[in-house]
Amino acid sequence: MSKIVRTAANLLFPFVLIFGFYVIVHGHLTPGGGFQGGAVMATGLAMIIAAHPFGRVKNAFRKDLLKVVEATGLTLFLAVAVSGFISGGPFFYNWIAHAGGLFGGVPTAAGNLNTGGIIPLLNVFVGLEVLGALTIMILYMLAGAKENS
Amino acid sequence: MKQLWILAATLIFAAILTFLISTGDLTFGQPAMADMDDYYIENGVEETGANNIVTSIVFDYRGFDTLGEATVLFAAVLGVGVLFRKLNTEEEEAE
Repeated sequence: MSKIVRTAANLLFPFVLIFGFYVIVHGHLTPGGGFQGGAVMATGLAMIIAAHPFGRVKNAFRKDLLKVVEATGLTLFLAVAVSGFISGGPFFYNWIAHAGGLFGGVPTAAGNLNTGGIIPLLNVFVGLEVLGALTIMILYMLAGAKENS
Repeated sequence: MKQLWILAATLIFAAILTFLISTGDLTFGQPAMADMDDYYIENGVEETGANNIVTSIVFDYRGFDTLGEATVLFAAVLGVGVLFRKLNTEEEEAE
């Protein structure tokens, strides 16, 4: 793409990432969550991939790292779900809510970030998985398209 | 012929919908069983500590469903990887 597109993409990129991170972290307070925020962050990465030449994208993005991010997200999601057994509850039991400490605070009408129990954790891990999954999908398809042209 | 089929299907669907609405069997916005919804709205914030009731359902009450969604996404990436693997330059060089 042209230099104008590249500059604009570079300028917007950090803000898109910050907005995606905000949507993920505030998933239990405002509309949005892990899936939506992860998709926003992946869109920022897709913008960079679309704006820059293929050779530089290929060197800048490491598929191995993204695969690890994706798999780690899903594994930690399952780990949080299994951790419900620690408290003697069932699978996916929200044992952190109202227990004090991190994410165990009391919810207020204005919204308290330190609430929700396992929900913020699950949001973050799903966000990681969606971010890795969508970006790696784009990279796979980009490699395929380059081969044909 | 194909357009006739589509027209017939649309007409039949519209007729059934009109019949159901007019006889009162099908209502919109007035669910016959709202106990579950009322429970979530009344106890969701207390039980999960999340202000966003949609998230508290998706990630807490229906967490198992979300696990399935995440697994579907994982499988989709696996499918894309399998579909595009021949076109990868690195693999063709290795062969």
